[in-house]
Amino acid sequence: MPVIQTEELTKRFPAVTALDRLTIDVEPGVVGLVGANGAGKSTLIKILLGLSEATSGQARMLGLDVTTDGPKIRERVGYMPEHDCLPGDVSATEFVVHMARMSGLPADAARERTADTLRHVGLYEERYRPIGGYSTGMKQRVKLAQALVHDPEIVLLDEPTNGLDPVGRDDMLALIRRIYTDFGITVLVTSHLLGELERISDHVVVIDAGRLLRSSSTSEFTRTSQFVAVEVTAEPDTVAGQLKAAGLDVVRDGHLMVVPLEDESVYDIVRDTVAQVGVGLIRLEQRRHHIAEVFGERGSQ
Amino acid sequence: MSQQQPAGVIHDIGYRGYDGPRLGRGAVARALYVHSLRGAFGLGRSARAKVLPMLLLGVMCLPAFIIAVIANATSSVLTELPLPYSRYAVVAQGILTIFLAAQAPQAVSRDLRFKTVPLYFSRPLERSDYVLAKFAGLSTAMFLLLAAPLLIMYIGALLAEFPAGRETTDVALALVGAVAFAIVFAGVGLVIASLTARRGFGVAAIITVFALSFAAISSLQGIIRYVEDDATLAGWLGLFSPITLVDGFQTWVLDASSSAVAPPPGSAGGVGYVLVTFGVIGACWALLNLRYRKVSS
Repeated sequence: MPVIQTEELTKRFPAVTALDRLTIDVEPGVVGLVGANGAGKSTLIKILLGLSEATSGQARMLGLDVTTDGPKIRERVGYMPEHDCLPGDVSATEFVVHMARMSGLPADAARERTADTLRHVGLYEERYRPIGGYSTGMKQRVKLAQALVHDPEIVLLDEPTNGLDPVGRDDMLALIRRIYTDFGITVLVTSHLLGELERISDHVVVIDAGRLLRSSSTSEFTRTSQFVAVEVTAEPDTVAGQLKAAGLDVVRDGHLMVVPLEDESVYDIVRDTVAQVGVGLIRLEQRRHHIAEVFGERGSQ
Repeated sequence: MSQQQPAGVIHDIGYRGYDGPRLGRGAVARALYVHSLRGAFGLGRSARAKVLPMLLLGVMCLPAFIIAVIANATSSVLTELPLPYSRYAVVAQGILTIFLAAQAPQAVSRDLRFKTVPLYFSRPLERSDYVLAKFAGLSTAMFLLLAAPLLIMYIGALLAEFPAGRETTDVALALVGAVAFAIVFAGVGLVIASLTARRGFGVAAIITVFALSFAAISSLQGIIRYVEDDATLAGWLGLFSPITLVDGFQTWVLDASSSAVAPPPGSAGGVGYVLVTFGVIGACWALLNLRYRKVSS
């Protein structure tokens, strides 16, 4: 069953149309919502939370209508806004406990869940210090923790990687992936960067100027033409020859050999061949088309 | 990650869901009310945040304590307290105003400044629940601040063996008046504080509105009553300052001792004071709701 559904959803502001007859279905999993700044991502999230009214069209979350069941939806949904929203003068623990209470958890449960959640997002000793002194990465973790503390069924994350350095970005993306795989919570995550969402999403929705450009599963994006790249420590020519002899269609790409991935046995053939030649295997990795390419092709049409 | 954890930490036992009770909107609003009330006295906040409210509470109670001591020391001569309960709020209005100026911005400006408000509205709480919790929280804090010295005076009066029946009636009426003071003060203070995310502006604006309006209205009342010899007009003027308004309200409704230069003129004036008092409370409620409808989420 789709957890988020919109039908012909439209939101007009006096000057701009933020959403233009947007129809999407979101299944459980990690769902990336991609679009340039101002594409309508935040507007969509606010409508889904029942905080902003759509001009026309319908939206449902967890099977509930956002216009009539706002409070019920908000009980079961977590929201991490794009902007700063943390008071600087209290500690992460105090803040998250308070937000847990505001989600309807009793006092004891709020404390217990806060300790658990802060640990899961990777905040340890620093959680007792005032938030004002935190780095951007730590603040993003606190924002994430307050969205997860009441164990929601869906979390809506608005630009969670904003302002993070590359390492912080990777950590945050890995954490977001875990929210679904380990915690079992469906994630709707927005970004203006296609590349980073492709790595963690099961499904990607691309919107532009409030209109749906594309909605499909990540495997659909990347399924077409898969290859493995092979790199060895020495004698690449011998290895390439052996692989050809084993029936694989090897293409040389500099010091790399690219082999079409017809089925799982390809990995075994490569391993055995390299072992026979007696050299070291440096690299054996899948190569995929990137969503960016797909999006680029589509955008240029 | 595991090697970064300090030794002795229990190993990650994985994510645990939450199957416990989820309390509804009412319980959430109550939790926010308690949080706001405690916050007004700095409870659950840093030690620095406790200094001012606790100091003001002490300063507020000190005169009451002195009055109680005087009453006991001179109980052979005096038959009643040197200061009536119902006049305490007006006499101590400076402390009430400072407390309000410090705590109303604390209650609402912080959430606006740090943009925490959208986090509240993304939860089961409705916007009006947020307003109600903050309004009720600060009103209760103001009431407690005013009720504490009244109770000290009452205990002093009983110890001095003043007529218990009379003292009980008086203090009860004064407490009802304190409720009116608390709600009007909190309402006006919150409306002003909610207009600015800057704490300093809120503090200055509240002190200005309360102190200036009282000084201006009282002097104007004095001039009109004694120079122009028009007690009626002077009485009506009291409507325009929160302090003289509630003072007039309790003078007429609760038969309290007036502290104003000119009390409400006659029955028409009394009814006018009552209507305006309720009108101000209603207007504050409406303005706050209007304000929070516009806070962007």
